[in-house]
Amino acid sequence: MPALPTRAPKPQSDGAIPVDLIVNGRTSRLALDPRVTLLDALRESLHLTGTKKGCDHGQCGACTVHVDGRRVLSCLTLAVSAAGKRVTTIEGLAGADRLHPMQRAFIEHDGFQCGYCTAGQIMSAVALLGEPCGPADDDVREAMSGNLCRCGAYQGIVQAVQSLRGDPGATR
Amino acid sequence: MIPFRWVAAADEPSALAAAAAGGRFLAGGTTLVDLMKLHVERPSTVVDISALPLARIEELPDGGVRVGAMVRNSDMAHHALIRHRYPVLSQAILAGASAQIRNMATTGGNLLQRTRCYYFRDTAAACNKREPGSGCAALEGEQRIHAVLGASDRCIAAHPSDMCVALAALDAVVRLRGSGGERAMALTDFHLLPGEHPEREAAIEPGEIVTAVDIPPLPFATRSVYVKVRDRASYAFALASAAVALDVRDGRVREARIALGGVATKPWRAREAEQALAGQAADASAFRRAAEAAFEGAVGRPGNRFKIELGKRTVVRALSRAGALA
Repeated sequence: MPALPTRAPKPQSDGAIPVDLIVNGRTSRLALDPRVTLLDALRESLHLTGTKKGCDHGQCGACTVHVDGRRVLSCLTLAVSAAGKRVTTIEGLAGADRLHPMQRAFIEHDGFQCGYCTAGQIMSAVALLGEPCGPADDDVREAMSGNLCRCGAYQGIVQAVQSLRGDPGATR
Repeated sequence: MIPFRWVAAADEPSALAAAAAGGRFLAGGTTLVDLMKLHVERPSTVVDISALPLARIEELPDGGVRVGAMVRNSDMAHHALIRHRYPVLSQAILAGASAQIRNMATTGGNLLQRTRCYYFRDTAAACNKREPGSGCAALEGEQRIHAVLGASDRCIAAHPSDMCVALAALDAVVRLRGSGGERAMALTDFHLLPGEHPEREAAIEPGEIVTAVDIPPLPFATRSVYVKVRDRASYAFALASAAVALDVRDGRVREARIALGGVATKPWRAREAEQALAGQAADASAFRRAAEAAFEGAVGRPGNRFKIELGKRTVVRALSRAGALA
């Protein structure tokens, strides 16, 4: 089904609302049209382009971020609705000079090829470690099914996630 | 998206007032924001209700469970009361959407989610649901995901929910509040058949809000199963699904609950199938007869006729699994 072309609405049009977004621990005061999604606010206003826009309709998972510690789709979240909540993006995972264990695991296990879905995959994978999820590879596949990878790196993704199951340092 | 005014409701009275003035409630956003991007939904005012205190799951004095309208789907699916007393409901929710969407989507929003009919979602196509009187492109179009039960010559769109199918089997009750007070109705009465007016999907009035869903006690629901058949193994809407619970004593079915998804225009309680099974031996031939009864009135079209047999086999599989638990 062809979707209508969607362009990010201009962030500061008439009717803009003041929005305090708390992203990766830093609060930014923005003035946003209520149509602006969290995804577009992250990318266009805060220039945090690690979070990717794939389908923009909640079908691919590329835009996955954490809001108040839970993985959600930033393309279906209005930025105004995320005001005051703790948002974590892929940029917020790594330390200053050290990758997050899940980022290292994706490299180690070849969990990506082109890399476009990877930020969403990793945000999903980190959240998964703190969710009820069975031990089997199939359980991981099911829990990761909201993140599509058109390169087909699924095997490596599952291995990366499995390599960190039960690792308390990897859940955040 | 078409420009809209955004307001956050601080409490229920302000939410109801905003809705009475024509505002559209925004909960998880997984349906509404998506359809606003497609210009299928064009609310002039969006009322964010995420701050309303409706996110509790509580046990009722009669042994049932009340699930607040703002409880996220993942929280309901993983809640101990739901998992232990109504496994079919937990399974149904976990069979739907993705983990991210279940973290966002709410009970009330799931009840009111819109169909996935391709033509409903495409503003260039005729659709009586979206544009009353414009016709139904699905009647001559792709029908793989469309309904074989409960359709009319105005609309054959299937109801997409998994959660609601389990709730239909469990005799759930939808609680609503409006300026006129509170009312409750059976979930099976909440969703409407398309008939002449497919644009009317639920018996909720403008200015009303869903506050909760009550699930009555059902001891044999500990032996309940949700089976979902779809085009890929996960993260796809049902082609056919069945929610069943079986009370079997000494090899005979005392009572059965059977509801269907993916094949009907609303969450479909198959009472004929339940009656066909009552008192019968819990075996494969009785399960098949119940499945036949469930699809007795089904109408297949060129693109979805396969769903009648697929639906029957789905019912048989669900009953067989539930029977094995009993």
